[in-house]
Amino acid sequence: MRRLGRLGDSTPALIGAGIIASWVAAAVLAPLIAPYPPNATSLVALANPTPSATHWLGTDQLGRDILSRILWGARTVLLIAPIAVLGAAILGSLLGLTAGYYRGAVDLVIARAGDVVLSFPVIILYMIILAHMGSSALNIVAVLTVTKAPIIARIVRGLTLDLREREYVAAAKMRGESGLYIMLAEILPNARGPLIVDMCLRTGYNVVIIGVLGFLGIGLPPPDPDWGGMVKDTYGMMSVWPHMAIFPCIAISSLVIGFNLLAVGLREVGLDD
Amino acid sequence: MTDAPILALDDARISYSTRAGEVNVIPGLSFTVSRGEAMGLVGESGCGKSTVALAIVRYLGRNGRLVGGRILFEGKDVAAMGVSELRLVRGRRIAMVYQDPMASLNPVMTVGRQLMEVPMLHEGLREAAARDRAIRMLDEVKLPDPERVLGRYPHQLSGGQQQRIVIAMALIAEPALLIMDEPTTGLDVTVEAAVLDLVRELRRRHDTSILFISHNLGTVVRVCDRVGVMYGGELVEEGSIRQVFGNPRHPYTRGLLDCLPSVGRDKRRAPLVPIAGQVSSALVRPVGCGFAARCPHVEPGPCTTGTIATVAISAEPEHRVRCVRAAQLARWERRSAASPDTAGPSAAAPAVTVADLHKLYRPRARIFGSSRAPIRALNGVSLTAARGQTLALVGESGCGKSTLARVLAGLETASEGRVELDGHDVATVPVEGRPLALKRSLQMVFQNPDSTLNPSHTVRYAIGRALRRLRGLSSAEAEPEMLRLLDVVKLPRALAARRPDRLSGGQKQRVAIARALAGDPDVVVADEPVSALDVSVQAAVITLLNEIQSARGATLVFISHDLSVVRYLADRVVVMYLGTVVESGPAEHVFAPPYHPYTEALLSAVPVPDPDAQGSRMILEGPLPSATEITRGCPFSSRCPRRIGPICDETQPPTLELTGGHRIVCHISAGELTHLQGVNAAITR
Repeated sequence: MRRLGRLGDSTPALIGAGIIASWVAAAVLAPLIAPYPPNATSLVALANPTPSATHWLGTDQLGRDILSRILWGARTVLLIAPIAVLGAAILGSLLGLTAGYYRGAVDLVIARAGDVVLSFPVIILYMIILAHMGSSALNIVAVLTVTKAPIIARIVRGLTLDLREREYVAAAKMRGESGLYIMLAEILPNARGPLIVDMCLRTGYNVVIIGVLGFLGIGLPPPDPDWGGMVKDTYGMMSVWPHMAIFPCIAISSLVIGFNLLAVGLREVGLDD
Repeated sequence: MTDAPILALDDARISYSTRAGEVNVIPGLSFTVSRGEAMGLVGESGCGKSTVALAIVRYLGRNGRLVGGRILFEGKDVAAMGVSELRLVRGRRIAMVYQDPMASLNPVMTVGRQLMEVPMLHEGLREAAARDRAIRMLDEVKLPDPERVLGRYPHQLSGGQQQRIVIAMALIAEPALLIMDEPTTGLDVTVEAAVLDLVRELRRRHDTSILFISHNLGTVVRVCDRVGVMYGGELVEEGSIRQVFGNPRHPYTRGLLDCLPSVGRDKRRAPLVPIAGQVSSALVRPVGCGFAARCPHVEPGPCTTGTIATVAISAEPEHRVRCVRAAQLARWERRSAASPDTAGPSAAAPAVTVADLHKLYRPRARIFGSSRAPIRALNGVSLTAARGQTLALVGESGCGKSTLARVLAGLETASEGRVELDGHDVATVPVEGRPLALKRSLQMVFQNPDSTLNPSHTVRYAIGRALRRLRGLSSAEAEPEMLRLLDVVKLPRALAARRPDRLSGGQKQRVAIARALAGDPDVVVADEPVSALDVSVQAAVITLLNEIQSARGATLVFISHDLSVVRYLADRVVVMYLGTVVESGPAEHVFAPPYHPYTEALLSAVPVPDPDAQGSRMILEGPLPSATEITRGCPFSSRCPRRIGPICDETQPPTLELTGGHRIVCHISAGELTHLQGVNAAITR
């Protein structure tokens, strides 16, 4: 953990953490700082939706304030993306540890099951599952967890194959530790560096995917603000009122860049070894 | 030797900028290497010897730089050279050989290409001419069938052969200076001996100056004319090999020699004297002598104030020492007793009995192609470890000694045979299947200090957990026991809260020993526990192991490739070759003629830091045979320098039963062996 303290020396990490922290603050403070309720429409603004002194980022096709909707939209993204990553990391780590530690038939079954999940084109998979189960925050978390877990399992399996040969694992066996203890107490803590870096990157990917789901209309049900949904509703008016789609896009990109920069920083301070 | 030196360091000061600030690694170093001379630099890890090598060719990296003084190569200041001049000097005038040959060789190019590249690049030679040079060079480094070797890739060669290629690459441009940084450290002792002989011979022929860097005092003696001893970035003593190792003047040099086990000393006759304390960090450089804090002859005042001058010894003008008390110290005596020693402890009840143990590794069957032959790691090993004694297993890498240790520990299971421990046959019982009492009774100390402790766990947790699991103690009961174990392994109790990244190699190994002792075992299996440690640390850990073993009456199964350590520690010795036992018996018998020819070769290859003990040596020719073959005759016959004829290849050699339970597996009779080996006996004194 001392290495985390060194993050302050890394410029990318500082910028990334700064961007993420701003978005977290925006999400938490949205009820206080958002100038309008997210779903409030303004007939006045409908006449001229472009950015103005009353609506800094303009309004959308229904006269809703874009800044307010982006701020409120940050809440769902910043909740769903990390929770889904955490879920995938827990499930993936358990599968990866088991596969890497026991090897043999266990490994084969887990690896093949993961391959099956990974062999589907993800977007199609999301569409099938969400169309079937219905679109809700919980279902999006579940889908992201299941589809990302095999990737994390592969990473953890690779690390486990190396770490299981360490002498401290042999020493643990010699004092009669159970397989579960060895995986969780001896191996997992030493795999956490690469895992944390990967989780950081993957949170960024999840932000993109949540945006894509919103864009495809299988994201969060309307009228709750959702960045991807905001783009979907307005991209048809791109030639007339580009601001309606561009500002939510900027929101998505900046958050993704924030997570990527933080991951770069984590790697720089050697959390990845 | 009157002409200008090839290399001269004049008060060179080197520092690295780190997070903790500017670290003055070399606070001022001066020495010269004359034309055709071989100069050795010895010292423990962290003393700055590799930094010196890098500074000479300006390879210090971005954060290291020469902050003062000068480094002159052939009279020219290296720091003032331009990029193109430097490029010409590196490779053509100065060549380097590093520890790991694989790191110096390009894995995707054939050996021939890499060799030919040097003269083609530096001298503009045509391909055919370069090829001739390469073949000649391979012949000089004694690689059989140079034409074929040219077409090989590095991974197709053994470690010793790779290092020969690197040496050939270094010498092919006829450099004026050859810098060798630990060139034989990763090699087996017999291979090391052959490489050192080769270096010595090539040096004569090519008249190349050599800067030979090593932590191993014995290898330096074999190659060099002069030696410099480094401590904390300073040259504390410098002189000819005979002067420095014959009568060392600096207390650190004396300490190094006193803490070095040798084949001439054992624990009963000449105990090791570890150097007290540990190397201090280069961040806090003490005033006065850097060694003062650990020096047995320190005199507060002269030693701890001002700068210490380097003075020449009056009768030996070339012998210089950086010590204010050098003139007052008594003459140094080599600690070895030449008298034949008293018999060791008599045979006691066996603690572990191994009978006809076999271990086969079956490579996984392939879908395509024929199935591969199994690897025979252990081929019918039988031995007994007596209660309260130290049994050493010795042999080169690949001889099966570590596999045997892992089978004893239950980390691997045997394919055939018996391992009797406390009345149970545990040969095929993995450690998970052993009852708690058996787990308690046999514990293991591992080789690698960096991997033996979990980096995520504190010392308190590592030892405490072992106490709770093996002895069933509660957390509250484990705490005082844990502290007591820290006392036993002589670690300060304050270390309990630390994680391994804040422990030195020696400290980590002590924690590992404490952890192994947690269950109060009857048998401790130690697999190369000191091979990764510096000599002064090694001496302390060996002494500790020995003390613990005799205090507890535990059985120690000690595995090592280092015959000096084995001679020092062992009551009984088992020499292994290709998964079989070739010689066994009480240490004093195994280390005296008659030897098995393999033991003889191993012994003669041990580098001894004594200029008077350089006798003739047996060099093993040929590579280690593959462990997949089934040999009908003696497994050693393909490399044996005392092979007597076809009988060696075709018939299993008989076991010669000699006095004191000494056994040799050989076709040559004991009397004949003694006669043949009497000539060589001198070197093992």
